Amino acid sequence: MKDKTIKLLNKKGLRLDGRKLDELRSVKLEVGILPNADGSAYIEHGKNKIIAGAFGPREMHPKHLQRADRMVLRCRYHMAPFSVPERKSPAPSRRENEISKVIRDSLLPSLFVENYPRTGVDLYIEVLQADGGTRCASITAASLALADAGLPMRDIVVACAAGKVNGKIALDLMDTEDKVGDADVPVAYMPNLNAITLLQMDGKLSTKEFEEAVKMAIEGCKKISNIQKEALQTKYKVIKQEEVEE
Amino acid sequence: MSSLLTRVKLKQIEQSIEKGQRLDKRTLSDYRDFKIEQGVIEKAEGSARILLGKTEILVGVKIETGKPFPDTPDNGVLTVNAELVPLASAKFEPGPPGEQAIELARVVDRGIRESGAVDTAKLCIESGKKVFVVFVDIYVLNHDGNLIDAAALASISALINAKMPNYEIVDDKIVIKQGYTPLPMKDHPVTVTIGKINDKLIVDPGLDEEDVMDSRISMAFTEDGNVCAVQKGGAGYFTLEQTIEATKLAQSTVESLRKKLKW
Repeated sequence: MKDKTIKLLNKKGLRLDGRKLDELRSVKLEVGILPNADGSAYIEHGKNKIIAGAFGPREMHPKHLQRADRMVLRCRYHMAPFSVPERKSPAPSRRENEISKVIRDSLLPSLFVENYPRTGVDLYIEVLQADGGTRCASITAASLALADAGLPMRDIVVACAAGKVNGKIALDLMDTEDKVGDADVPVAYMPNLNAITLLQMDGKLSTKEFEEAVKMAIEGCKKISNIQKEALQTKYKVIKQEEVEE
Repeated sequence: MSSLLTRVKLKQIEQSIEKGQRLDKRTLSDYRDFKIEQGVIEKAEGSARILLGKTEILVGVKIETGKPFPDTPDNGVLTVNAELVPLASAKFEPGPPGEQAIELARVVDRGIRESGAVDTAKLCIESGKKVFVVFVDIYVLNHDGNLIDAAALASISALINAKMPNYEIVDDKIVIKQGYTPLPMKDHPVTVTIGKINDKLIVDPGLDEEDVMDSRISMAFTEDGNVCAVQKGGAGYFTLEQTIEATKLAQSTVESLRKKLKW
């Protein structure tokens, strides 16, 4: 299943796309890109292109899903049919269902759900192009969309993966590395609270390597976190400039 | 932590755990007693039933022939599916598998797949055309907490129990011969779930504890002690230190479970 013949590291120890082992792909973030959503964000993480839109807090429908003592977060991670080499059926797959759930679990610790009883927040994530690590990029964008919607938060959640390629622990795997590599460890993190809110792993790692991968992923998260904050601030800086021009 | 009842329960469970004991008299790192019975369904190629506390799960393995995936023409196919049967809990409803069932199936699948437990390379009949397809169907019959561990244990037990029909190929056609051979296996992963209640880690959370715990982490280990699958769940978080502690706790629990398993 896993083709070990593909070399993921060259003689200089550089990866297929020329990155070093602990180097992130380029991350670009933009906040407030959807006019109709209460909050939104767009992320380009390597070749991943993902939009997240948040609606709410608003009245929860259907009503039987309302909770008298808290807000309900609903989350839908969905991949566009054209986002991957072979067309993906638009019907939600089991993988998408599971990812929707773990994304929701990764964002809930950041929200004060008890402050918005009976309401619901819908979070829609559309993967326009996928290139490995979409769940992490989705969380990074989705948390920004929630912040953009004006929800008070304990911290902005940021996510990044680490893994193992050709026997070495590496940061932020791209598609081929994820598929051919030995392991993938996606991590979501709240930097100010030292809180891991998503942790998954597939592949094979010793417990020591696993620990190393989690630590490396957290370092990646911290770097992306700075880009996140900058993106959120940029939205308001731009508005200010426009006002001055008028 | 929605209803008043669970808030009262939370308080009880918290106070008890603070003293290092749980409501069912276990210590924080105790695993509940479990019993596994193999070959309980004669019509299935393999089966196993587990009782973990009062959690009861039946796993059936069916083996059929089918087409391989285009990207792995020489490998058999493994699929894992889970049904939270409505008779297992008042909270389960009929209908197609929901998020909880899908997560359960996928976490169990990941442990089996990533450990390479089933030797799918030996399940190829004709490259790119015909392979054996192994269906693992998880049937939750009673929910008393920690479905992930119970389902993973029962699944691997059912796979060990599974027998493949003998066959030969005559004029491009498969002819089933008499007798069976065991399903080729390479590893026996064991999964352990750690729950977190008020910054205390507990092994093998029961249903009451699941209702009040803020998050869990499930880890599958191969026979040689490597981690092969991890899943964090629940609306809470783990700090890095807690994650490392949970890894150690899970690993030592897996080691002690292996001593009890008679495969």
